[in-house]
This record gives sequence, C-alpha cells and structure tokens, in this order.
Amino acid sequence: MTAGGTQSGPLPVTVVGGYLGAGKTTLVNNMLRQAGGRRLAIMVNEFGALPIDSSLVEAADDRIVSLTGGCVCCSYGEDMVSSLAMLATLDPRPDHVLLEASGVALPGAIAGTVGLLSDFALDGTVVLADAETVQRRAGDRYVGSTVRQQIAEADLILLNKCDLAADPDAVEAWLSEAAPGARIVRAEQADVPIDAVLGTRTDGSTLRADGRFRDHTSGYVAAELDPPAGADPEALARLLADPAHRLLRAKGFVRRPDGAMAALQVVGSRWTVSEAPAGALPGLVCIGLKGQADLAAVQQAVGEAKASTPATG
Amino acid sequence: MTNTVYPARKIITMNPARPHASHVAVRDGRIVGAGTLDELTGWGAYTLDDRFADKVLMPGLVEGHSHTMEGTLWAYVYCGFFDRMDPEGTVWPGLRSIDEIVERLREAADRLEDPAAPLAGWSLDAIYYGNRRVDRHDLDRASTQRAIGVLNASGHILNVNSKALELAGLLKPGIDHPGIPLGEDGLPTGEMKGPDAMAPLGPFTGFDRDLLACDEPGLRRFARLCVRTGVTTAADLANTLPDDAVDMMLRVTAEPDYPARIVALRRFYGVTPEELIDRVLGLRDRSQDSLRLGIIKVVADGSIQGFSARLRWPGYFNGAPEGLWYIPPEHLLEIYQRAMAAGVQVHTHTNGDEATELALDCVEAALRKHPSPDHRFTLQHCQLADAAQFRRMTKLGMCVNLFPNHHFYWGDQHYGITVGPERAERMNACATALAAGVPLAIHSDAPVTPLGPLFTAWCAVNRRTATGRTLGEHERIGVADALRTITLGAAYTFKLDGEIGSIETGKRADFAVLEDDPETVGGEALKDVRVWGTVQGGRIFPAAEI
Ligand SMILES: [Zn+2]
Repeated sequence: MTAGGTQSGPLPVTVVGGYLGAGKTTLVNNMLRQAGGRRLAIMVNEFGALPIDSSLVEAADDRIVSLTGGCVCCSYGEDMVSSLAMLATLDPRPDHVLLEASGVALPGAIAGTVGLLSDFALDGTVVLADAETVQRRAGDRYVGSTVRQQIAEADLILLNKCDLAADPDAVEAWLSEAAPGARIVRAEQADVPIDAVLGTRTDGSTLRADGRFRDHTSGYVAAELDPPAGADPEALARLLADPAHRLLRAKGFVRRPDGAMAALQVVGSRWTVSEAPAGALPGLVCIGLKGQADLAAVQQAVGEAKASTPATG
Repeated sequence: MTNTVYPARKIITMNPARPHASHVAVRDGRIVGAGTLDELTGWGAYTLDDRFADKVLMPGLVEGHSHTMEGTLWAYVYCGFFDRMDPEGTVWPGLRSIDEIVERLREAADRLEDPAAPLAGWSLDAIYYGNRRVDRHDLDRASTQRAIGVLNASGHILNVNSKALELAGLLKPGIDHPGIPLGEDGLPTGEMKGPDAMAPLGPFTGFDRDLLACDEPGLRRFARLCVRTGVTTAADLANTLPDDAVDMMLRVTAEPDYPARIVALRRFYGVTPEELIDRVLGLRDRSQDSLRLGIIKVVADGSIQGFSARLRWPGYFNGAPEGLWYIPPEHLLEIYQRAMAAGVQVHTHTNGDEATELALDCVEAALRKHPSPDHRFTLQHCQLADAAQFRRMTKLGMCVNLFPNHHFYWGDQHYGITVGPERAERMNACATALAAGVPLAIHSDAPVTPLGPLFTAWCAVNRRTATGRTLGEHERIGVADALRTITLGAAYTFKLDGEIGSIETGKRADFAVLEDDPETVGGEALKDVRVWGTVQGGRIFPAAEI
C-alpha cells in the first residue's frame, strides 16, 4: 500500500481484544513498559476509564507511537486502514503494531482485515478475559454471544484478574471448552512477558540473544532449539502448533531442503511460514507455561520431524 | 415596519385551531400570522406579494435523519437502479442493466484527465440484476487503466475492478475471507462485502475517510437538494464535528443565500463519554439559527440488510448470526446518564429489536438515576420495534424516527431473506407508534435513500415495495398523519417544534411551496407532488433558480 512496508517485510500486527474492562489497556501499557528496544505502535479504538500511559510514550523518546485517533470499529473500517497506513509510513518504522479493539468488536473480523493489507501481517489475536466476570458476561442477554465469539476467535487468551476470581481453575476449564484452539495464560493485572504476547524480536540477528524472561515472569519457560537443516518448515510449524505441546508461541528461521531460509511463526494454534529476511540465522525460540509445556518433548518431536521429512521437501 | 402578505391557493398550517388559511404575513423572517387577508390587515401596513397565489404552502419540510454527505456523493458517478435527482435538478435515469452501469462509468472514466485517478461510483443496487452479480470483469469494461470502486446503495458492498484489486495487492489466489467471494479462477470476483472487506480497497478507489467527511461543496449541494424537495430544516445526523468542520459549517450556513437550517448531531467517536458531554455542551454554545448544535448521536448496532443489526430471538430469517454491537452497553448507559444529568439530548441508532430493547433498558435506568424532564431521547431507524417496545417509549418519554423508505427499496429482501414475512410486515410500524402515542418522525437517511420527505410520506402511507407488494396493510398511516410527521413530527425530535413545523404566529417563515395539494392528490400520488421551491427564514428559493 505504501513505500513504508517494503523496507523489512510486512509490519506485524497483534490484535488485542476482549470485553470492556478485561484489561486491554493495562496489557498495552505493560507491553510499552517492557518494550525495551522495540518500537511499538499502538492503535486504540475505545476511550475508557484508563488511558494509554503517556509517560511511557515520552520515556521512550518517541520510539513508541500512540495513535488514539484511530477507530477500530467494524463499521468504520476505513479509519482503521488509513490509520494503519499512516503507521507504516513513520520514520523510523515501528517494529510491531498493537491494535486494541473496542470492547464489543469481534477480533476475528479485525484480524481478517489486517490479513488483507499487503504491508501488514497478522501476528496473532490476544483476547483478554476477566476471570471474575467473563462467565457471567458470556451469559448476558445482550453481550453474551459477543463475549463468547471474542473468546472463540483468540489465539491466546489472557485469563486476567485471576487474583479476584473465586475459582480460576473452573474459569480456565470453561474457557478451554469455549475456545479449544486457543492457549490460555493466567495473569494478574495483565502482567505477562512481552515475548509471550508479541513474540520474540522480529530482527533475526538478535533472535538468539532475546529468548530470556525477566525474573517476575518465572511462570514461563523458553527454549532455544536448533531446527534441523532441511526440515520442512510447514510440517514443523504444524507440529509446534499442535495443542498437545501447549506452546504459547514459537518463532524462528529454518533452512528449507532447497537451501532457502523460511521464517516460521506460531501463536497458539495459528501458524504461518513466510520468506525470511536477508541475513536471518537458523534458530527457533519456543515459549510456554511452566508446568504445562514440556520443552524436552518439543525438542524431541522437532528432531523426529526432521527424520520423517522426505529429502525432496 | 411593513409586513409582506402572501396569498396562496391553499395554506396547510398544521395548526389545529385553523388548519387552513388563505394568506400568511411575514416580517423579519418570521410568521406574523396566517388567516384571511382581512384578519392580517389588523397587523398594520403590508405589501401584498402574490407570487404564490396559485401555489400550495405548507410548513417547510423537516428531514429528521439525513447526512450532508449526500451532497458530497454527487461528485461521484450515480449508479443506482432508480431515477434520482441531483442537486442541480438533473434527473439521472436509473440503470436497468449491468451494461448501462458499465456505460455510465466508462463515459465518466473517459472524462477524467489524470489517467491514474480512481473513479468512484455510488448507489449500485446489485439485487436488481437478477441472479447476475456485478463482478470485476464488468467494471474492467469501463476501464482497466484506473481503479474503479462502486459503493452499493445499502453501503455494505463495494464493487471494484481488477485494477483496484491489483493496487491493493488482492488480485491473487489464496485469499480466505468471508467477505471476499472468489471466482472460478480462484481470484476475487471484485465484490467486497462488509466493512472489513471494503476497507482495504477504500484508499485506492476514492472511498477514504475524506469522502465521507462533509466538505464545503457537498454542504452547498446538499442545501440545493433541500430546496428541490421542499426541505427547510435537515439533520446531519452523524458528524464527528471536528473544529474545522464546525467553523466551515457555521460560515457556509450563515451565508445570506444558504437555503437550509442544518441540525448537526455529534456522533460518539474518539472520546470518552465524559468528554463527549463536554464537547457537546461546548458545541451547543456555538449554535446559530442556520446551524443547530448540541445533540449527541450514538450508534448501537449495524443494519438489517448488512445482517449486522442486533435481532432478538429467533434472529435472521436466513439463519445469519445475530449481528454486531457498535457500543458496549456500559458506555451507552454512561452516555445516557451523563446526558440526562447535563440536559443533553441523545439520538440512538438502533436497527434491530434487540438494540432497541437495550436502548430502552438504558434510558429507563438512566432516568431512575437522573430524572430528566422532557428529555426526548430519540431512537433512529428502530425498524423492528414491536408494539410493546413502542409502549415503553411512550412511558419513558421517548421519540422515534422510523425509516419507511426501506419498504420500497429493500422490503422484498426483508420479506424473503433478512427478517421474514411476519416481521417485514411490522417493520417501521408507523401506525403502532402513533397509536401508542410515541412522537413520530420518518426519514430517508439520505444518501442511503434519496432525500424527499414527500416520498418518505408516500412510503409510510402505502408501504409498497419495489415489486408492488404492500408490506403490512395495518401499519399504513393516513395522509394527514404523514404530513404532520414530516413537519411538526420531525421538528419535535429536535425540540424545535416551538419554532418550526407549523405555519402560525411567531414561528420561522419556513414554507414548502408546492404546485399540487398533498391533502387532495390522494395517498397514491404523494410522491408525485411537484415542489416549486421553498421559503426559508422569509427568504424565497425557487428550485428553478437554485
Ligand atoms: Zn444515518
């Protein structure tokens, strides 16, 4: 669409959905706080009680763009598209866009539109659920079907406000039935590591140095795998997205049998394989929840995937 | 001080004390009185102006739900199935075949000098061309060099040509999107269905946000359409009213020859409910006679023909999912509460009956918290409301502005596809609303359907679909009710009924000047009543010279 999109491939967009009050803006602020060297661009649709923390924006010396004029309502999609187009032309270009949907928007529809834009790539859909209220809301006579559909459209569900819920286990069990394809992460105050929400850095050269989590996120495990050369990236992605492994995310670069490098990305059950940027080095980072994801098993499965891949690719 | 006294063939006053008069006296843009010449001479010196001696005067018509964007759209190519008059008075013949659409687009494309400029058309109605859908190959016959986008009349489909798809990067196989049908070749057919699929094409076909904003030429063209349809006050119902737009609208509408009064509502968008109230109170202070500000517009759900209206059980006739919310109920309630507390009026778009139910619940809750005398909160469209909901509106002190034009343009689709026979026959239940005592207006939602309150009145009186089916005999209303609804009725929904909407002492001298008498032509002919022009604030605007 614009010149901005060509310099380093399509700009990844993560759609942040969930009903009003589930903690979307808190999550966005947490992402900004953890941004480090990433240039995050934020698009906010709804103007609720809690604003995007502008002090975080200033602290980062304009590397973070907060766009609060953009509307992400399904009925005014033109605004979303033109706002995104504007973000893609910023210099320096953002590394990642967080698109905070309105409390009643269906994230799948927004994700579908993002998927049509040639300068952007849908990274994934993160839906927040308020552990205290989500089940009641899902039965609400007005918004119940909307809440249920939001959940069903998630790649990652952030089960938030677990400290306030009487029985978070029961909520999680209910959610995993409502959204069988999604991975569920528990949180309080939407406090989750940025790598679990947005994936690891997109710049291939720094991938390996970036797979660590800070101390307060010790509920997560990460592993850096050496993808076997000549593996079929599609088969590998399908394997990593298999719900049995319970990975939240996986990302990295794999050398195809024909020698070309492929970029591989998994968010929950969603996976994409695309052409890797020039200079990308092979490597895979997998992120999961401690006690759930068995990274040793993943590692073994990855090795076996190689073995079963036909040499012709 | 001299009055001007206009004799007329007939003056329909809407004043029940004297429903008809032979003369009306005007001074300083206002009505001194209506009656016989004898009665009016009591007001002192006058000059007799007999230019309307063979005309019928009625109160200037009030369009309670339109968008000045109608004026803007006329800069693009009209591609509708039905004849439609443009602001200059030219009637564009309806296009009866896809070939005719292509031909009109091709002519327009040939007139453009810049070979790269996109060509935008509007008001295409794909449902009228049989089973044949308009596809990109059709539009390619108009041009392969420039991008073409044609917006459907319902606003929910954008038809584009191959060039537009190519520019957007979508002329490729493998697209998997519910709003983008693929042809046998695996490529998009060019029919982009729904806002999600339309949006990526907007920037390449001229349908970007600039088009939908109310620009200055569009605002002027819109007013010319008002004169041609007898309208002296019209709503601009969903403007976001940024400061520069307000400045422009204040300036343009204040010009001595600007012929209409615009009631511009501020749509809830881009601010918190709290900020919304502040902005609207600020806007209210900037009101002038020709531009009324200070009312809020909120959109609760989508549209019925787009299957995005929120319907109660059992939902859509064809089994489509139950529609979309465009505002969380919590925000709707908060806006209502704050608006009631601040004495600000809110108009709410609700198409489906579930959205209407939510609005009623929220008004009731807000009223318990902030009893608000004479709030006149109004439901706009409100097409599927049932009798119980109208009774609630009455009890809650609400108004309704229904959309009978839908019967004509989409009634057959509502009957067969969207809501099914039973609910199609109660859609836009004008008779039930009046029987329940809900203050009623009816509207065109121009540009969705053409501006023209007399046509809208015809729709409410006859409930005729485009194929001639009468959609709910029992919801037809009489001519007298219809005429009152397009004058005083609509004025009431903006709290302007003390100022406009009838021809009586003290009110604005706003008249629709007609060649035919709408009270005697019969309900069948209401839409054919010829409009000579208007008098607005005492200023005379013949349609032939506008
Ligand atoms: Zn409208």
